[in-house]
Amino acid sequence: MVRRPSLRARIAQWVFLTALVVVAVFLASNAADNLSRRHIAFGFGYLANTANFDIPFRLIDFGPDDTYARALLVCVLNTLLVSAMGIVAATLIGLLIGLMRLSSNWLIRNMGLVYVELVRNTPILVQIIFWYVAVLHNLPGPRQSLHLPAGVLLNVRGFYLPVPVMGQNGPSLIVLALALLVAAPVVARLTIGGSRLVKLALAMPLLAILLFCAGIEHIDTPSLTGFNVTGGVQLPPELAALWAGLSIYSGAFIAEIVRSSVQAVSEGQREAARSIGLKPRLVLLLVVLPQALRMMVPPLTSQYLNLIKSSSLGAAVAYPEIFQIFAGTVLNKSGREIETFAIVMAIFLSINLAVSAAMNAYNRRVMLVTAR
Amino acid sequence: MSEVSSIVPVAPDEEGAAASNLPRRTAHWLRRNLFDSPANIILTFVALFLLAIVLPAAWGWAVAQADLWGDSKSACVDAGACWVFVRLRLPVFIFGQYPPSEQWRVIVAFALLIGFAVPALRDGTPHRALWVVLLLTLFPLIAGVLLAGGVPGLPFVDTTLWGGLMLDVVISFVTMAGSLPLGVLLAYGRRSQLAGIRTVSIAFIELWRGVPLLTVLFMAAVLLPLFLPNGATVDRLVRAMGALVLFNAAYMAEVVRGGLQGVDTEQEEAAQSLGLAWWQTQTLVVLPQAMRIIVPGIINTAVDFFKDTTLVTIVGLSDLLGAVNQSLKDPAWLGLAPEGYVFAAVVFFICCFAMSAYGRSFERRLARGQGRTM
Repeated sequence: MVRRPSLRARIAQWVFLTALVVVAVFLASNAADNLSRRHIAFGFGYLANTANFDIPFRLIDFGPDDTYARALLVCVLNTLLVSAMGIVAATLIGLLIGLMRLSSNWLIRNMGLVYVELVRNTPILVQIIFWYVAVLHNLPGPRQSLHLPAGVLLNVRGFYLPVPVMGQNGPSLIVLALALLVAAPVVARLTIGGSRLVKLALAMPLLAILLFCAGIEHIDTPSLTGFNVTGGVQLPPELAALWAGLSIYSGAFIAEIVRSSVQAVSEGQREAARSIGLKPRLVLLLVVLPQALRMMVPPLTSQYLNLIKSSSLGAAVAYPEIFQIFAGTVLNKSGREIETFAIVMAIFLSINLAVSAAMNAYNRRVMLVTAR
Repeated sequence: MSEVSSIVPVAPDEEGAAASNLPRRTAHWLRRNLFDSPANIILTFVALFLLAIVLPAAWGWAVAQADLWGDSKSACVDAGACWVFVRLRLPVFIFGQYPPSEQWRVIVAFALLIGFAVPALRDGTPHRALWVVLLLTLFPLIAGVLLAGGVPGLPFVDTTLWGGLMLDVVISFVTMAGSLPLGVLLAYGRRSQLAGIRTVSIAFIELWRGVPLLTVLFMAAVLLPLFLPNGATVDRLVRAMGALVLFNAAYMAEVVRGGLQGVDTEQEEAAQSLGLAWWQTQTLVVLPQAMRIIVPGIINTAVDFFKDTTLVTIVGLSDLLGAVNQSLKDPAWLGLAPEGYVFAAVVFFICCFAMSAYGRSFERRLARGQGRTM
């Protein structure tokens, strides 16, 4: 039903577009007017200026003498860190709760349901602030640290985790292990003499873990010395609260994705699998789950994107991510509202585009081919 | 697997013992749903063990050992929650700083909301479409005059005094009501055959959907004054709501687009063959059907959005979460964060759960209705 738009419609379009341009010019001239009154010239040169502030939590070196540009890099890495941690944890929680929702056990099934309804119907910001203010801030000081399993210490300053210290061969072994991990999916597709190398591919991640362990010289466990905790790696309460809030909240949505995808696998598939004599466990493992996993990819993508966008709520608990540092501190100190916002929006848009491009590429590879 | 276990016969020894049917049925139910395999028996006991730890502790904190009566923190002598704090702060949590002598206006406005919304949401109301239109046009006018005042008999109440749950409700209502028409326009824009309109619509929708809500709120708070003529100011709440309308319209547009795609093209062709013009086809045939399909989607958006109104606290407006945050800083009530946030969570839970329950029931009725016509 493709018709050529009528002349009237095309005229209306041009009127609309012209009006849009007029409004844009009006706003831009206002902005230029306001900026010239404040003697600020538009431009991104200020990124090279000295920051003169500190960022408490960072993955790379940063000091007050560094530039705004480096501060931007620090907080982008922080946003990516908490997003990646959140995506991993939310997926695990979602898988667990989703399978609980599918259990034949009434109690387990309904515990899953209660979790999903409770978490989905309360604001994520309330949850994050609850973890931060009501839970983590009420913990005892370092001297009365709670001793958690696996040598983890927990006190008002956050979690202290044991961290492996690599020996001399460490770096090369890590590179080798990473290479094995990357190669595993490729090997799984290779065939030699008609048989696929799946078993070898499955063994490769195990080998990678062994190599990594071989490189560990000793494990640096956190311990109490006097009034403070030394050793290990610190997970500050801001990061812990944001991580908990993001993964618990998104986990509930992912659980529903898992449940509905498994239930959406057609009954005929199960019946066919049973009729060729597969045991119930194998029906699930070989027939239902592989199809359900494929159906999950598109809704999971939008959930991951939501999680990344929600990581901006770190601003509410002073976790130094893009919003807290860039739209907060940098904007106030530099007075560059327009440029700063353009940067923040560009960063979120490009993270979003990158993630959805990657997930779409993956989706195209694994998508179920449905009969037309 | 449950289908397999359901055909396992009930043990014969139970038939003799069962004088009445009920114990036997209970035992049968328990066996089928909780103890049908070794793995399930273990799971059941693990679950019972966890519940035995969590439930008594939660009950003890929230009810058994909690204090509700009294007029200061010293009244809280038990080990549990200090609900005295929430009870005394309730007016602030609900009305913010709205003057106590004028709070009846908020209550009347809320009663009006119920009065307009119930006929609009219920099945079988005569002239239901009219009620929906009234809810979206007449009600906001009355409620706006009632809440802001400035007319004889109703003294002016500045929006800086608005707060608490009332602010959450006001913001969500205005945003949903404002973004629906804009979302319909954007959805049509995205489907338009005019390249210019289509490009602008897609750019608008994808831009807002790609950035966090916080960006929009910050822009309204920080950036917007820069783009206004020198000296012009806009109320902070109005600025935030305007930005939220634009943001939410992008999400609404995608919901509406789904609804428009759900209407059979035959409907449009039939309308055209009757000689209806494009405008008539859309407003009389396509949109009414699309609107029915998208009600569940709109409600989902409304629930998500209602939860997200809490974000206005970050830009300095004091909604329910903000009121709790501020009350917790009061030296007389230090250390009561769990009580405050649990209260806020419970209030949001009740509102959102009720909304999504309505959405689900609507969806079921819709599915039934479609089943009938096929």
